[in-house]
Amino acid sequence: MNVIETSSLGKRYRHSWALRECTLAIPAGHVAALVGPNGAGKTTLLNLAVGLAEPTAGAVTVLGGLPAGCPAALDGIAFVAQDTPLYKNLSAADMLHLTANLNRRFDQPCARARLAELGIPLKRKAGKLSGGQQAQLALTLALARRPRLLVLDEPVAMLDPVARHDFIAIVLTAAIDDGVSVLLSSHVLAELERVADYLILLSQGRVQVAGGVDGLLASHRVLTGPAAEADTYAERPVVHVRRAQAQAHLLVQATADDPVPPGWEAHPVGLEELALAYLREPCAAALPGPARGRNTEPTEVTR
Amino acid sequence: MTALTMPARPQHEARLRPVPWRRMAWVTWRQHRAALGGVAVFFGALAVYLWLSGLQVHHAYATACHPAGSLACAMNFTGRYGITAIFVSIFLQAAPALIGAFVGAPVLARELETGTFRYAWTQGFGRWRWALAKLVLLAVAVAAAAGAFSALYSWYDQPFFAAGYAIPFSTRLFDLGEVAFAAWTLAAFAIGALAGMLIRRVVPAIAATLAVYAGLALATGLWLREHYMAPLLTSKLNLPGSAWIVSQWYTRSGKFAFPARGSQIVSALSQFCSSPNATPAQCLSQHGYTQWSSYQPGSRFWPFQWIEGGWLVGLSVLLIAATVWLVRRRAA
Repeated sequence: MNVIETSSLGKRYRHSWALRECTLAIPAGHVAALVGPNGAGKTTLLNLAVGLAEPTAGAVTVLGGLPAGCPAALDGIAFVAQDTPLYKNLSAADMLHLTANLNRRFDQPCARARLAELGIPLKRKAGKLSGGQQAQLALTLALARRPRLLVLDEPVAMLDPVARHDFIAIVLTAAIDDGVSVLLSSHVLAELERVADYLILLSQGRVQVAGGVDGLLASHRVLTGPAAEADTYAERPVVHVRRAQAQAHLLVQATADDPVPPGWEAHPVGLEELALAYLREPCAAALPGPARGRNTEPTEVTR
Repeated sequence: MTALTMPARPQHEARLRPVPWRRMAWVTWRQHRAALGGVAVFFGALAVYLWLSGLQVHHAYATACHPAGSLACAMNFTGRYGITAIFVSIFLQAAPALIGAFVGAPVLARELETGTFRYAWTQGFGRWRWALAKLVLLAVAVAAAAGAFSALYSWYDQPFFAAGYAIPFSTRLFDLGEVAFAAWTLAAFAIGALAGMLIRRVVPAIAATLAVYAGLALATGLWLREHYMAPLLTSKLNLPGSAWIVSQWYTRSGKFAFPARGSQIVSALSQFCSSPNATPAQCLSQHGYTQWSSYQPGSRFWPFQWIEGGWLVGLSVLLIAATVWLVRRRAA
């Protein structure tokens, strides 16, 4: 089952397209990271998936074919929007009651236990909580709904490192222990490898990379060799060339079994490095299925 | 349905029963209790004032006004309390507008302005049901409060009608009637809710609500209300005191001469009527003029209240439906 499936999905705001020709399928059971620069269309894609926005073109379905925003979809998806909007004048306890009243399921004891664990006073107004506590409260509310899919829009952008660490730990616990599928957007690449096992890279409103992290890492290698020979390498598609004095580092779409040219060394690639390389090359793509072969012509590297 | 194939989910969840409507009662109360409390305090304080001064008014009427046209009545009742009653009635004209602006406009504008709609509209309750439940509950609450208050107000005002000091059809009093006041409050709330949804910011929505409400109330009072039913026409000079005179004019030999106000009647009066003993109408009739009056009789007060209440409730239902429709289709 795919938790989110889009086909040629597009969204136009007034005169500019925030998202175009977006076709992807995110399978269930993953923590999927939606990565891209600011303005790439991450929030737009998430808003379409949770039914807050209507597509201009194409279609989006969730939780195995449900139309986004339909009652069953709302029931199964918990969404924590950017900057974790809460009613600032309501107490944490009131936010629990509110969410419980607005949903068919709500695990009140679990939510209370979690807030106690986090040291968030139930009687304090949401607006008086720290940024980290507000994010934790919003996440607690979302998870207590027992969703099948948890959607988080830039959940950690405003958090300090400790709060970020705690937040991600809870998300991962939910994903592993309760089997909640997670889709989170972020423009922070650090820690991506610890968090996500599925990557979607958006750039300029288009999907550039999509796939399981293991598969992506296994199908990409970094080749290090003399800078002078960098332009002559053509055996496998080159995503990005990084030159450091006499040496060049090529990110290529190759597996560990692919031959390495003489004078060159091959290394496995990290997820952050891979994402960065694609972000620097908006025309390169790594997509599953029939789209995979598209990038046989590596693009000229801009420096 | 695809959800049936979901593993590890009990089957009964596949056919979703919606979250019960009644849950919105707590949600609405908890989120808007400050606004509803404000309405209660506003009407409550005014009610205490009306009750206390109403007791004085009734007492003064009972002691001084036998008969109602007596000098003692004019001195000790209307002269003493009449001006205050006029100020109270004028002040109350603003009450529906204030409720529309400060209860109606923020309902959706605040959600949109602070971004909390992203929370509210992604909960299992569903966004259009959420908007409908909230708006209907709040609309009924403010309209009921206004209706209860206007019942007290009509008790307060009753001696002034009895003394012939004011008529129920007076522009400043008609929309404080039991039906019209609740309906105007409802309409103001609905205007506020739609303005908030369209403008998406609290302060501009409040300003827009006040402006639209004032325009609608003025247009109704000045032009629309007199057309609810065809006015009666008479050439009698002694109209009943409770009649609402829509217009008056003079004819001579069956032809229109001049309206009852304006420069022509002034010149006619100065020409024929130097004697101070007769009213202008009596004097002019002695000189061959006939005064015609089109008027709404006082007995039409309740039909007019129901007509005004009816179209205002209809308008409010339309506005609330439009607001809910906008919530349903609005792209974030």
